[in-house]
Amino acid sequence: MSNMTILNARNITNEELFFGHKACAGCGGSLAVRLAMKVIGRRSYVVVPANCMSAVGFMYPAMSFGVSGLCCPFASTAAVLSGITQAARQLGEEDYYVVGFAGDGGTADIGLQALSGAVDRNDRIIYICYDNEAYMNTGVQESGLSPYGTKTTTSPEGAKKHGANPIKKNMFEIVAAHNIGYAATASVGYPQDYINKVARAKAHPGASYIHVMAPCPTGWGAETDVTTQLAREAVDCGLWYLAEYENGEFRLNKNPKEFKPVKDYLTGQGRFRRMREQDFKIVEEQRDAMWAKIRKNWQTA
Amino acid sequence: MEARKEFISGNEAVAIGAMLARPQVVSAYPISPQTIVVEKLAEYVESGLMKNCSYIRVESEHSALAAVLGAVATGARTFTATSSHGLMYMAEVLPFVSGSRFPVVMMNANRALAVPWSIFTDQSDSMMLLNSGWLQVYVEDAQEALDMVIQSYRIAEDPAVMSPIMINLDGFVLTHTYELVDIPAQAQVDKYLPPYKTGNKMSIDQPLGVCIGITPDLNTEFRYRQHVDQLRNAPGVIAGADREFGEVFGRSYGSQGGGLSEKYRCEDAEVVLVTLGSISMTARTVVDKLRDAGRKVGLFKIRFMRPFPMQDLLSLGDQVKVLGVLDKNISPGYEGTVFSQVNSALSRKANPPRTMNYVGGLAGREITTRSLEKIFSEMLGMIRDGKAELPPDPNGRVKFINMRWEDHE
Repeated sequence: MSNMTILNARNITNEELFFGHKACAGCGGSLAVRLAMKVIGRRSYVVVPANCMSAVGFMYPAMSFGVSGLCCPFASTAAVLSGITQAARQLGEEDYYVVGFAGDGGTADIGLQALSGAVDRNDRIIYICYDNEAYMNTGVQESGLSPYGTKTTTSPEGAKKHGANPIKKNMFEIVAAHNIGYAATASVGYPQDYINKVARAKAHPGASYIHVMAPCPTGWGAETDVTTQLAREAVDCGLWYLAEYENGEFRLNKNPKEFKPVKDYLTGQGRFRRMREQDFKIVEEQRDAMWAKIRKNWQTA
Repeated sequence: MEARKEFISGNEAVAIGAMLARPQVVSAYPISPQTIVVEKLAEYVESGLMKNCSYIRVESEHSALAAVLGAVATGARTFTATSSHGLMYMAEVLPFVSGSRFPVVMMNANRALAVPWSIFTDQSDSMMLLNSGWLQVYVEDAQEALDMVIQSYRIAEDPAVMSPIMINLDGFVLTHTYELVDIPAQAQVDKYLPPYKTGNKMSIDQPLGVCIGITPDLNTEFRYRQHVDQLRNAPGVIAGADREFGEVFGRSYGSQGGGLSEKYRCEDAEVVLVTLGSISMTARTVVDKLRDAGRKVGLFKIRFMRPFPMQDLLSLGDQVKVLGVLDKNISPGYEGTVFSQVNSALSRKANPPRTMNYVGGLAGREITTRSLEKIFSEMLGMIRDGKAELPPDPNGRVKFINMRWEDHE
């Protein structure tokens, strides 16, 4: 890996392989797909389940991917990737890449079983989860990755419940627990880190997984010109982290000396509007507990 | 591999048929009574009997057909096998495959659906998926199972059809019964079945989006094309594939070869029973016995439920007064699925026979020659002075056979 060229804004290709789609202004998911496709390149097959990316980019005759692609059943992204990679191998294809883009619901909820199977088989596939923390395509419903207190249409704030379930499933560690060869977390707010992780996944001979935080201004209740800024803030306040899992070891890529206040990040978004001081405190406690474990057990930068 | 005879189960016949068809990707998940197929194929791939083939071990039937979907969309010949709840679990993926016009071949071991739980056979599972866009064939023995796996690729991959096929075997009765089966030589199969070539695939050099979304202004035309290809082209392609199969291997199926159905002693029959699958064998012996006693009875065996043998039904002579349909499934609260389908076809006839529905063989309950004789005798008894008189109550025309309380009547 060390001999790989570091990708950056200057040397990344100008070629676009995901464009002309109808995603909302400021869509973090489509940015994650666009950047990844620049790295993965033309010699690839793309799989997208029923999600925003297929809704905005896979409606005939307006096909937005510059490569071959398949819009698969919601739960089946990873299984379809396996089928493609095995078929291409048997048909004698060489130098090809198979990549799937599923959202948080398509990965952590309905697609989790198929992902587990594919990672277990260690088929040579690249699985990218773009996490916008709710089912956005259907109009903002709670997913297993909606964080504490998120207001969605199925986690309305009421007398009994204060928005989404307090647990955000830890997909990165769930995938790592399969002893996967390469897994990483990333953020569209740190694009250089993200595209280099995509490059590492591309170079990996087995299954690889990238979990990229990708804000959705529509579902988050934010302005359309703050997407990358929000994604950055999530990392800077410690509610998200940049890390890798390789050779059985976790490695933290960015270890902030001090966190920016979670309150600033949370109050900037409509989905957390009803949060109170005690909620910020709960979020901070969850964050600190998570980081204590990370700093204790993981390699740190 | 040379041609030979082997004493094998229906499941093994299916696995050998699949091996001879040279699929490039196989993906399946174990479920009784199909499991032996999965085991055999995994073994053939591992031992090198199946060369240039990947066996994808998946964590569910949904993923089995999804992996096959990805593979066939990349241009590979594919095979999968399932049964009952497995078929239900993968049901979502079926119309993805058929709507994309991908020629997947799948074996289904017909098994009851819970609840009550049962691993034994009936045809509730496949009947529930009649509208999935898959062709459906029901075979009668292990030889036909092996032969139909090979034929199915010819049919499914024909450019005029381009549709997946589900090959149905009655669970245990066919899957686990050992028979002496002719296994054709690989060279002969290769001659009959050339490698799969298609433009309907993703590729790196010619990018193509598959399993696409389509807005209402174009969507129906795609579905219409799928419909007419199956309605108009599939019957001829099925007949042609069987005719050529007969020329190469010396075996063919259906009345005139390659039929969607088989008519047995129907020429002057006044009473005809409609069956599918393994029970047809028993029904034939009952027809013979009754014929020997001078009764004018016949058998109409449905081989394909899709495409449906409508023309064959319409060509039954006007002397048929009563036609009974034996259904190994029930659409609860109404009637057997095959009965509905048969009645719909017969309604296109100027003088249709009167029809009765016999529901039996659910969840492995035996259908004996005695119970079939009883059915025939009841239908014969409905004919008075050349006219059929059916039970006046419309619901009385749907009868469950072999019920436990009958013994105590």
